[in-house]
Amino acid sequence: MTRTKVRAWIVGVVAILVSVVVFLVPFAFVVLQASKSPEDASSLAFTWPKEWQFFPNLIAVLQSGDGLIWRAFLNSFVLTVGSVILMVVLSAMAGYVLARKRSKWGPVVNFFVLAGLIVPPAVVPTIWVLQGTGLYKTMPGMILIETTFGLSFCILLFRAFFNTVPKELDEAAVLDGAGRVRLFFQVILPLLKPVIVTVIVVQSVFVFNDFAGPLYFLPGSDNATVQTTLYTFSGQNLSFYNLLFMDILLITIPPLVAYIFFNRQIVAGMTSGAIKG
Amino acid sequence: MSTASPATARQAADIITEVGASEKNRPRKSRMRSHYPTWFFIPAIVLYVIFFAIPTVSSFYFSLTRWSLFDSQFIGFANYVQFFQDPQLYTSFIHTLIYAVLTSGAKVILGFLLALLLTSPVVGRGYLRAVVFFPVLLSTIGVGILWKSLLDPFHGMVNAVLGFFGLPQPGWFTDPNLALYTIAGVDIWKGVGIATLIFMAGMVAIPTEYYEAARIDGAGGWNILRRITIPLSRGATATVIILSLIGGLRSFDIIWATTGGGPGFTSDVLASVIYKQYQAGFYGLSTAGNVVLFLVVTLIMVPLSYVLNRKQVEL
Repeated sequence: MTRTKVRAWIVGVVAILVSVVVFLVPFAFVVLQASKSPEDASSLAFTWPKEWQFFPNLIAVLQSGDGLIWRAFLNSFVLTVGSVILMVVLSAMAGYVLARKRSKWGPVVNFFVLAGLIVPPAVVPTIWVLQGTGLYKTMPGMILIETTFGLSFCILLFRAFFNTVPKELDEAAVLDGAGRVRLFFQVILPLLKPVIVTVIVVQSVFVFNDFAGPLYFLPGSDNATVQTTLYTFSGQNLSFYNLLFMDILLITIPPLVAYIFFNRQIVAGMTSGAIKG
Repeated sequence: MSTASPATARQAADIITEVGASEKNRPRKSRMRSHYPTWFFIPAIVLYVIFFAIPTVSSFYFSLTRWSLFDSQFIGFANYVQFFQDPQLYTSFIHTLIYAVLTSGAKVILGFLLALLLTSPVVGRGYLRAVVFFPVLLSTIGVGILWKSLLDPFHGMVNAVLGFFGLPQPGWFTDPNLALYTIAGVDIWKGVGIATLIFMAGMVAIPTEYYEAARIDGAGGWNILRRITIPLSRGATATVIILSLIGGLRSFDIIWATTGGGPGFTSDVLASVIYKQYQAGFYGLSTAGNVVLFLVVTLIMVPLSYVLNRKQVEL
């Protein structure tokens, strides 16, 4: 007993030391860089800041480029909220019918859902479609694109969950006089709270962090999202590493908050999304 | 009975006729069936068709054209010929395969070992789980900038430490022979958390009776690992392989944030070539790259997932 305990301690301590070097030092580097003066930060050394400039740097980033970062955060916020709401509603509806209705189309639908998960989107033809529909370089267009790319994953999650909701419940609701739409939105949907939270958290982090999507389908400085802003910053402001890293720090806050509050849902989403045929 | 509900007359009629029908044959099924409105599919299908299916299908045609988004001129397989003759382009095809296999393999092995560690009773397990998983949630662009600074050949911290110990200080992102592998390393650093998580979920699901029985039969740690943990983690392994291969083959953000495909074209992959050709206005060529990526992904993933899933059933 004591031998295994000693081993648990030794292995644990070694693992913690390794994790400090591999993970914590890089995280700490971001914070230190964000707190330095421009000259201090440009040396890229892992040193204590000569003088702490955390708040001046924060203010400088928030004020840079006529409030570009505010607009970027607003754009990212609108994009994330809009597409995640659409994703949840549309894929819950589709997943519901897919799980409940046994039809000969089932395998075909499954095939297309999996295809949506595997096949890389065709970039330029998508731009062509967006232009044809007048949605290119517009926020609604980008929201619809993110929704489409997230649908497959969400439908799989929802379908797996619907299989655990007993069908008898549907019958009871129908006998009590609920219509088809009411049955879904007032009886079934409230039961889905756990899986909805999972979908919201996982997809929010995903959409918020998406870079290639806005790069292709939402160009233009008015439309900048936080990820494209960070990318432009990194190209221009190589003499202002402190501000660059302050920007990274700011962008990390939303996922960090999500992780702290919804750790369990994120884990559930990442592992159950993996259960697929 | 249904006085409180605002069900329309039509819906009420539906219920009545269905109840009537249900008395004839297979009552439950046919009654319930029509309570799942098929039109619930339609919004999702509309989006899927317009923004995913149409672009995918039309990419096959546009890859055969010289294309300006407004008009296209059919030129046969010229784009593909150019793609596989120009070393700057076809090397990206090879890099994509190297990159995907490397990152996927490393994530399987490292993820498995980490999951083994993090499901065993070690000190500081909660902290370790959190710290391994957190990079998954970070912005890929942010991670790219971070590692570009840490691995800077002249000022970077990693080379400073290596220099301190008198070790060689490679140009991680600037050495043409090394850049692709460095990016793969950063990708593994960021993504190993998901693999670990999936393996952990798999290992936790293995019934403890198996371990107890094995121990009673006198099996040592190595035998337990080889005969129980590894075979019973097959489902998780298949999932990790599939997910990380798909991610690796399509990888773009991390490469664009660190080297932009450079130095030269030594770390270009299919996804970055698609972007570069798009930026240069060669839409037809870019789309041909897209079709090549599509073919690579499906030709690898479809047979692979078939084989991996079949093994699962046999077990």
